[in-house]
Amino acid sequence: MNKPRAAGRTVGGLRPLALQGPAVTLLFLWMIVPLAMTVWFSFQRYNLLMPGMTGFAGLENYEYLFTDPALWTAMLNTLLLVGWVLVITVVGGTLLAVLFQQEFFGRGIARVLVISPFFVMPTVSALVWKNLMMHPANGVLAWLAGVFGAEPVDWFSSLPMTSIVIIVAWQWLPFALLILLTAMQSLDDDQVEAARMDGAGPVAIFFFITLPHLKRAISVVIMIEMIFLLTVFAEIFVTTSGGPGLATTNLAYLIYIRALLDFDVGMASAGGVVAIILANIVAIFLVRMVAKNLDE
Amino acid sequence: MKLKHALPLAGIAAFSTLAAQAETLTVATVNNNDMVIMQRLSSAFEEAHPDIDLEWVVLEENVLRQRLTTDIATNGGQFDVMTIGTYEAPIWAERGWLEPLQDLPEAYKPDDLIKPVLDGLSYDGKPYALPFYAESSMMYYRKDLFEKAGIEMTDQPTWTEVRDWASKINDPDNDVAGICLRGKPGWGENMAFVTTLVNTYGGRWFDMDWNPEIDSKAWNEAITFYVDLLNDYGPAGASSNGFNENLALFSRGNCGMWVDATSAAGKLYNPDESDVASKLGFAPAPVAQTPKGSHWLWSWALAIPSSSDAKDAAREFVTWATSQEYISMVGEKEGWTSVPPGTRQSTYKNDHYQEAAPFADFVLDAIEEADPTDATLKPVPYTGVQIVSIPEFQSVGTQVGQMIAAALTGEMSVEQALSNAQRATRRTMERAGYIK
Amino acid sequence: MTNPTVKRFAIGLLAWVIAFVIFFPIFWMVLTGFKTETEAVADPSLIFSPTLDSYAEVQQRADYFKFAWNSVVVAFGSTLLALIIAIPSAYSMSFLPTKRTKGTLLWMLSTKMLPPVGVLVPIYLLFRDTGLLDTKLGLTIVYTLMNLPIVVWMLYTFFKDLPKDILEAGRMDGASTFQEVWHLLLPLTVPGIASTGLLSVILSWNEAFWSLNLTSSQAAPLTAYIASFSSPEGLFWAKLSAASTMAIAPILVFGWLTQKQMVRGLTFGAVK
Repeated sequence: MNKPRAAGRTVGGLRPLALQGPAVTLLFLWMIVPLAMTVWFSFQRYNLLMPGMTGFAGLENYEYLFTDPALWTAMLNTLLLVGWVLVITVVGGTLLAVLFQQEFFGRGIARVLVISPFFVMPTVSALVWKNLMMHPANGVLAWLAGVFGAEPVDWFSSLPMTSIVIIVAWQWLPFALLILLTAMQSLDDDQVEAARMDGAGPVAIFFFITLPHLKRAISVVIMIEMIFLLTVFAEIFVTTSGGPGLATTNLAYLIYIRALLDFDVGMASAGGVVAIILANIVAIFLVRMVAKNLDE
Repeated sequence: MKLKHALPLAGIAAFSTLAAQAETLTVATVNNNDMVIMQRLSSAFEEAHPDIDLEWVVLEENVLRQRLTTDIATNGGQFDVMTIGTYEAPIWAERGWLEPLQDLPEAYKPDDLIKPVLDGLSYDGKPYALPFYAESSMMYYRKDLFEKAGIEMTDQPTWTEVRDWASKINDPDNDVAGICLRGKPGWGENMAFVTTLVNTYGGRWFDMDWNPEIDSKAWNEAITFYVDLLNDYGPAGASSNGFNENLALFSRGNCGMWVDATSAAGKLYNPDESDVASKLGFAPAPVAQTPKGSHWLWSWALAIPSSSDAKDAAREFVTWATSQEYISMVGEKEGWTSVPPGTRQSTYKNDHYQEAAPFADFVLDAIEEADPTDATLKPVPYTGVQIVSIPEFQSVGTQVGQMIAAALTGEMSVEQALSNAQRATRRTMERAGYIK
Repeated sequence: MTNPTVKRFAIGLLAWVIAFVIFFPIFWMVLTGFKTETEAVADPSLIFSPTLDSYAEVQQRADYFKFAWNSVVVAFGSTLLALIIAIPSAYSMSFLPTKRTKGTLLWMLSTKMLPPVGVLVPIYLLFRDTGLLDTKLGLTIVYTLMNLPIVVWMLYTFFKDLPKDILEAGRMDGASTFQEVWHLLLPLTVPGIASTGLLSVILSWNEAFWSLNLTSSQAAPLTAYIASFSSPEGLFWAKLSAASTMAIAPILVFGWLTQKQMVRGLTFGAVK
């Protein structure tokens, strides 16, 4: 049973358990205490605004949640938002990485400018886009449309989801670029040169050499972005408040409505439990797929 | 030499004894102009009360509301003075979350407070918050544009007339919309306006058994009218305009008419803040089927949560900020148009104010006329003109507001939006146990 | 046929145009902060006489430095704490993996996918009872836990790529695990640790949900500062821009200065 390597584990007297202990224990507590409370509350009748109304609710909260037509719209919106932003940032990030890898005048400064949006807090970027860029009367985009004689677009009314995707992608594209650009630097120049000697064009080099090389970096980008995109909130809160109608209500925003407008803790907790389950489904399918890539 | 050393030491000593005794008051407030002025002038309060230190938490309205509700409902005790509205005061008072503000000193002149406003902040006959400023709604219009189009304003405009006028003064080529109205979803945004419109079309939120009536004929007429009016003669992006956005639009001359809060009058009339100060006209909020509930009643008020650990100091501050003296101080330091309106009779008897604010009596009438207990054509089980004073209204109003916004942008038809809104409201009411 | 100089020029031009477009909103925000309110809503123009009025007014309403200091303390404090907790655990996961390592890692990451608002009330009650509401300590703890999964995971990928034989050599010499970590591992992994730390600082600095809901006056960081300028009455674009510029300036400059470190660290590990 005990392989020599396993025996090596006790060298120094510390076992993996002791080393991983603090992080795992803390995370476990951070996860389990609120989770236990969330699960508990999800079976309770508990509304902060109704101090008198308490007691065991059975499955009532879940029944209510699952019969709410808004839930399915919100799930669909969550997936749409995550999907589109991933596509834009990964494809755009890869193309930009290739571009910004080239030698050109002032490359260092141009790179710094391009990655800047990643450092801007989501609230600020949403406010800037909403007021200074996309405002239908005084925004820069409306002015541009005017210059070209076009009708200004009323972004948050006529293209609500597109607007949110643009704002979120603007923040995460630089992140994808940063990671992918870094990965590009370890690309073997000799290999590229050899391929070129064999008569491969730039497109072929991109698809047969660059892209496979970036596979692992792309996995990293997808994994980290997904974690954050599933819970996008500030951008929606500041701009559309989930509307018009339910057009931009994602799961995080729906739970927010239940938790902080209704103050229906029971219902919000049920929503939280559903979100955890959804997150784990995503974790099982997608993250595992990505994780396999990381092992290579 | 000696003296030089002694002085700073004495200063430090004095400071440290002060600091030891000083009580810290955490005041949570909204970032509206009137409150920003209060924050600026509060140094006068601190000078008069060296034993009280003020800590400010200034937040945007929606954030403030959720922050305060979380804290007060969980008995968090983070705040000593809270800025709340006519909607929260009675509901929170009923739950025992607020300190009653009875037995106010004679010097405070409690009888001077305008009655319907104070009533709106009371529960069971006791006031639980003191009004900082109060408002009703009315119509603003551009006299110059009306003159040019040969329109005569009436004493009590109707919505049909308003549509007709809007078509005449609408001039998109020069960036002038016929009419600006709230479109940004939220119970305190578009629904405040929409509810007054529904009221005057003879509609109501609920029947006497709490069945929602959003799919009724009156709602349909009102919303169809509203959607058509804004789509034909409204500004671009009307569905994201709230009070602040419209205030900016109107003050820069981009609207021919605007129906909104009376508290905007002071700002629109101030030439420093408004390009249309000299061309500004006022009229009562338009009516349709019935004059009942055609203009709202709202106030921002200061309350003391039961969880505060500095209630006496908090009371000092609340009575200072809502006093006659405070109003005079704003008048002298900031100009009389900037005075917080709608709270005290004495403000309207003040010659300075009357002189600076020609709209004064008009606003006072609108506030005194608004009756939260009788705002609909048919009887209702709730009070409130533009609100329904039940805790569920925040979410009901906001959900319905989203649907109306969707109808406005054309994402849904009016029928579809209203039937969705009806269904969502019914669900909420069933869940809360109003409908068995 | 293709002239390399022309090609290089074209590439440079394209890259600069894209860089400008992506950076434009930030540039425009900074510019708007120096305009008057009326200029801010007028047709876009680069020609105006810059004024500091908006900055003065914003500063008069809320003391920027107090908020900024809270942001600094909380962002760096939580990052430091997260690194201290995460380094041993990432170390053991990458060098002494067990069957459960993968599962533990994935589980850690999945904790991050829960919308925080779902657990706000439980956490608020917990904080109320422990007296952590509106304290920098409380916020630091939340951020530490919030970033821990990402920090552990990134460090894990860095450590995994280190040459194992160095450690074997250390063991032969009878070095204890602690010495192993301290003398061999740390120097090798400084770039990776640095870039993980930088990412954690940025994420903590920009976090807006917990900071708004768990603080009021004492511990409020810059995200709360922004919330008081986001949509007041009247014209506010210039003030909003000034406040926003001040709120993001420290982290933006920090990001620019450390961009090289971040890239070096990333090359070393996760994305090699």
